[in-house]
Amino acid sequence: MATKPTQYYVPDASPWPVITAAALFILFYGAASFIQQESGSGIVQNEGTYGKPMFMIGVLAVLAMMFFWFRDTIKESLAHKNSNQMDVSYRMGMLWFIFSEVMFFGAFFGALFYVRLLVIPWLGGAGEEAMTHELLWPSFQPMWPLEITPSGETTQAMPAWGLPLINTILLVTSSVTLTIAHHALINNERGKLKLNLFLTLVLGFSFLALQIEEYIHAYRDLGLTLGSGIYGSTFFMLTGFHGMHVTIGAIMLTVMFFRILKGHLTPSNHFAFEAAAWYWHFVDVVWIFLFICVYWL
Amino acid sequence: MSEHALDHHHDDHAHHGPAKGIKRWLFATNHKDIGAMYLWFSFIMFLTGGALAMLIRAELMYPGLQLVDPNFFNQLTTTHGLIMVFGAVMPAFVGLANYMIPLMLGAPDMALPRLNNWSFWLLPAAFSMLIIAIIKSFLGIADAPNFGWTFYAPLSTKFGPASTDFFIFSVHMMGISSIMGAVNVIVTIFNLRAPGMTLMKMPLFVWTWLITAFLLIAVMPVLAGVVTMMLTDRHFGTSFFDAAGGGDPVLFQHVFWFFGHPEVYIMILPAFGIVSAIIPTFARKPLFGYASMVYATASIAFLSFVVWAHHMFTVGLPLAGNLFYMYMTMLIAVPTGVKVFNWVATMWRGAMTFEVPMLFSIAFVILFTIGGFSGLMLAITPVDQQYHDTYFVVAHFHYVLVSGAIFSIIAGVYYWLPKWTGRMYNEFWAKFHFWNSLLSVNLLFFPMHFVGLAGMPRRYSDYALQFADFNWWISIGGFWFGVSQLILLGILIQVCFRKKGAPVSDQVWEGAEGLEWTLPSPAPYHTFSTPPIVK
Repeated sequence: MATKPTQYYVPDASPWPVITAAALFILFYGAASFIQQESGSGIVQNEGTYGKPMFMIGVLAVLAMMFFWFRDTIKESLAHKNSNQMDVSYRMGMLWFIFSEVMFFGAFFGALFYVRLLVIPWLGGAGEEAMTHELLWPSFQPMWPLEITPSGETTQAMPAWGLPLINTILLVTSSVTLTIAHHALINNERGKLKLNLFLTLVLGFSFLALQIEEYIHAYRDLGLTLGSGIYGSTFFMLTGFHGMHVTIGAIMLTVMFFRILKGHLTPSNHFAFEAAAWYWHFVDVVWIFLFICVYWL
Repeated sequence: MSEHALDHHHDDHAHHGPAKGIKRWLFATNHKDIGAMYLWFSFIMFLTGGALAMLIRAELMYPGLQLVDPNFFNQLTTTHGLIMVFGAVMPAFVGLANYMIPLMLGAPDMALPRLNNWSFWLLPAAFSMLIIAIIKSFLGIADAPNFGWTFYAPLSTKFGPASTDFFIFSVHMMGISSIMGAVNVIVTIFNLRAPGMTLMKMPLFVWTWLITAFLLIAVMPVLAGVVTMMLTDRHFGTSFFDAAGGGDPVLFQHVFWFFGHPEVYIMILPAFGIVSAIIPTFARKPLFGYASMVYATASIAFLSFVVWAHHMFTVGLPLAGNLFYMYMTMLIAVPTGVKVFNWVATMWRGAMTFEVPMLFSIAFVILFTIGGFSGLMLAITPVDQQYHDTYFVVAHFHYVLVSGAIFSIIAGVYYWLPKWTGRMYNEFWAKFHFWNSLLSVNLLFFPMHFVGLAGMPRRYSDYALQFADFNWWISIGGFWFGVSQLILLGILIQVCFRKKGAPVSDQVWEGAEGLEWTLPSPAPYHTFSTPPIVK
């Protein structure tokens, strides 16, 4: 509190936010059309095939806007326009953003627990639901993983102790190397920093590669797909959103790696690195919950 | 190091005013500009959603079908609800937060100004998707969402029209906007308070917004999650809400209401803050029980996470579940009662005057309490099984949202408009607006209690003959309330654009306290560049 500055930097007006909003509109409008036109579900609002190009343009525009917006922010940071107080604002903002991400995963974990603990037993006639069982699917056997759905679809569960275990080891190790890198950054040991950040990236991208391998295995060999009942739904949505977040985190860390090669991010000014690191630890923790609740138990 | 940097910045920017032309608004980073845009956007959405409500009431004025077919009627109620909740009430509160929180805390701006701009501009993008859908439906091209603002599965999954997917992405954009806006509010409050402005010295509007922002960050992602499940159920074969695949349509209601109930408090907690600012001013007494107000707000927010299934008493929850949610819901009456008691105690033996903001605030206290009482009735499980999905529910939530949230927003606008513009509005017309709103809102919503108790279901375009007379009066009340709001539009145009009205002092209201009243009226473009010292 004692070092509060008497002036607070209010950044210049910027064109990027409003253009980002417009780009997101294009992205989402295109995405809705694209999904309808290509998913084969038969629900189509707008005939034609413009959805895909519109979606791609939206994605490119959002990426471009992120590039320009972050570029401006980085320039301001290098010009030392950021006060300590702003640094605190950024940190708090990132932490609350991560909290919102936690709640997003919470929705899917909540769905998983609700289905496992209540819906499946109820469909099997538990509690007061004997008539539900008799009238809807009398031959349904409650089980988890749900390998035979009430309507008779079959699938196989993903075993925990193969690829998922290797992936767990990869991600946990990457969190360790990232922490070593972080301490190296604070102590201004640039060589150690670069090496450990590079190792983190290798581990992260290996995780993603194995995750893709696992999905191929699921679709080809196990008959485990998005469409194979609630087990497939929760499995792919939880691991899929996690994988998406790992991808985002890996991109963030890649940017940090190249910025460090350019000499950015000093022991006293490296909020961007910390934000990316927090994000990485967050996806790591989510993975541990995934490994326990989705794969193992 | 930072001292030098700040001096440098001081030379660059300290003296520049607003940018010229459209760029000022498109590229805005100034909290007052962004706040003003939020407020105007929400007012436009309020009038748009209101126009849809007029159509609904026109159809329901007489039994039988006269204006619209039932499918379009469902689209009207859906779009009306979505626009009012996400487009009118929430952005209005965010606008007030943007404008007032930095002024109340002695901060130079919001903590993350560019993010702030992005939060705002996502809203027109999101709502144009929804409005395109209803216009297309009006022109007979394609159906708009028609499953009610709660978009229950399987109505919205298996049976939802094609526009549902656009609705889903629209909700995603609103969600991003709300989350980023809330992050901004929290960071501003925690990090940008003037020296000496301790948490327990903050005005209650700031406190209520702090807690609201926490609720927003906690539940908007859950809404994003549930619409994502809808999207994959519709197009990618997942079974979240399909019992044949091991899912459950009731799961939708659980996840939705886990968002939806805190959402209800998101739309009322800032209202508590506004009223807690206005009543002490015109009662010329400090707010009674400031600390208890803070704790009551926090209690309400906490309880909002453990009451969601009181929206689901008729879906067949286990008995223990129904009882738990009933007791938790009734518990909310305690902190809410503390608040009502404190407002009344603040007025008790005060030197009261009845300027327009005070009139709306007193109306708020009384009418919101009526809405609270009908809420208590709905909380009782066996009783709710009778009231569920009747007009009694419609009466309940319109009392808390229209004569509650919206009255408080109007009160806040009348209270701070002189500070924003430096001019006093025409008091006669403002009072005319108040009395018309007060009488019409009761004519509009009070008889809904009776038709609801008598069994009239909500969300139908037709009704049994015995409800005819009441519905005619309800519709008259509706048109009256709708037209009355044009008075507010007129007042705002006079003050904001035609620059009419007597200049006001910095203090504006004799009894007003707080940092915002130490600033000139109108407040300069940049305020508190050097933080004030709060004793």
